Amino acid sequence: MTVQVCADADEAVAGIRDGSTVLVGGFGMAGMPVELIDALIRQGASDLTVVSNNAGNGDTGLAALLAEGRVRRIVCSFPRQADSWIFDRLYREQRIELEVVPQGTLAERMRAAGAGIGAFFSPTGVGTPLAEGKETREINGRTYVLEYPIKGDVALIGAHRADRMGNLVYRKTARNFGPVMATAATTVVAQVREIVEIGAIDPETVVTPSIYVDRVVQAGAAAEGRSA
Amino acid sequence: MNSTPSLVENLDRAPLGKDEMAAMVARDIPRGSYVNLGIGQPTLVADHLPAGSGVVLHTENGMLNMGPAARPGEVDPDLTNAGKIPVTELPGAAYFHHADSFAMMRGGHLDICVLGAFQVSAVGDLANWHTGARDAIPAVGGAMDLAIGAKKVFVMMTLFAKDGSPKLVRECTYPLTGLGCVDRVYTDLATFRVGPEGATVLETFGISYDELAARLDVPLAPANADRTPSPAPHAGPTVPSEAPSPGH
Repeated sequence: MTVQVCADADEAVAGIRDGSTVLVGGFGMAGMPVELIDALIRQGASDLTVVSNNAGNGDTGLAALLAEGRVRRIVCSFPRQADSWIFDRLYREQRIELEVVPQGTLAERMRAAGAGIGAFFSPTGVGTPLAEGKETREINGRTYVLEYPIKGDVALIGAHRADRMGNLVYRKTARNFGPVMATAATTVVAQVREIVEIGAIDPETVVTPSIYVDRVVQAGAAAEGRSA
Repeated sequence: MNSTPSLVENLDRAPLGKDEMAAMVARDIPRGSYVNLGIGQPTLVADHLPAGSGVVLHTENGMLNMGPAARPGEVDPDLTNAGKIPVTELPGAAYFHHADSFAMMRGGHLDICVLGAFQVSAVGDLANWHTGARDAIPAVGGAMDLAIGAKKVFVMMTLFAKDGSPKLVRECTYPLTGLGCVDRVYTDLATFRVGPEGATVLETFGISYDELAARLDVPLAPANADRTPSPAPHAGPTVPSEAPSPGH
């Protein structure tokens, strides 16, 4: 199915249901699809499970979604940061569930979901509290822990450029979780800085091929309409 | 690093400051290594790598050949390090996504990573992600992947915590990051090799080997001396069980 080029971020997040698992790209603010998250706040879906590396920074983006009380559970590697005050408060008030996952395991669990892998054995976390209760196996003299895929109903990611096919190109370390999340969700929505014509992206440089992408929206498309 | 020189006791110099510790770590990084520097003090190591060392820095958020922190006017929100601090790129840099970045760690492609720690055990267990305090918010980031993935794991830390308790221990009491993963420990007072054979003192700073052994409740051996590991002074039944005063 070809990509839907959306007029604004509200169209891009339409239809996200209560109780969905939402993969949110970004590492800190780099690659975070802030406009899609703002649109998700307006859209109103609640009781969400959010999978993201961090649990929000400052007061915008993912932090704002948390502040609105829309997130029941967050799966992340590094919730606690100097500017994660919104998550910190919700966690201490027991208003949000937290599953801490080692960062590489988080990425690989989504990669597995996108690649059709049923589960995988990883050496990360063996002997630590994060492997407690998980199945382990010794393979060639080394102990591994069994990890299961994380699949999203929706992925909201930030990329640099899309063509009208939905091929994506990222920029520098803002790439981070975007390409992996793009493979791991039923509906993949990308916020990009520009949308170019088909053929304008060198196929050799495509990072996320169009097959993974369902909707794209140019950042600023909504803001122009609202601020007019 | 193949043949370890004999123990060096630097009795005439003060304990090392952060930058001197970073310089000690940098000295032991072979030319051309692929290295990940953890958040916090380990990032100081980059400042002590000699020009032309050819060391390639990896950052977990998807980059090789990361350059120094961005100066005002160079800041690009799309280019940050693992601590979310704006950085720069060096010629020959490469970007990749998170699953690839951590495959580089887990797959054993990184030569060295340098991490901070709450505790390291004599056999190289690492505790550096969680104090275990009930009200603490756990945050592991990439620490567990780095700890078990890099070919060599160097830890950089003060030898004693603020409350005076030693951070090189028989067994970690804080929640573990990885089992038997640490190779070297660089501290203000001494540099250690740790592993299955226990802790070996490579170099001391402002303290003698004997004083150091008296202040730690860990069996130690001096590097390449013709001695078998000494029992910790307070471990055997014939020595007093009172712990040494770590000072104030």
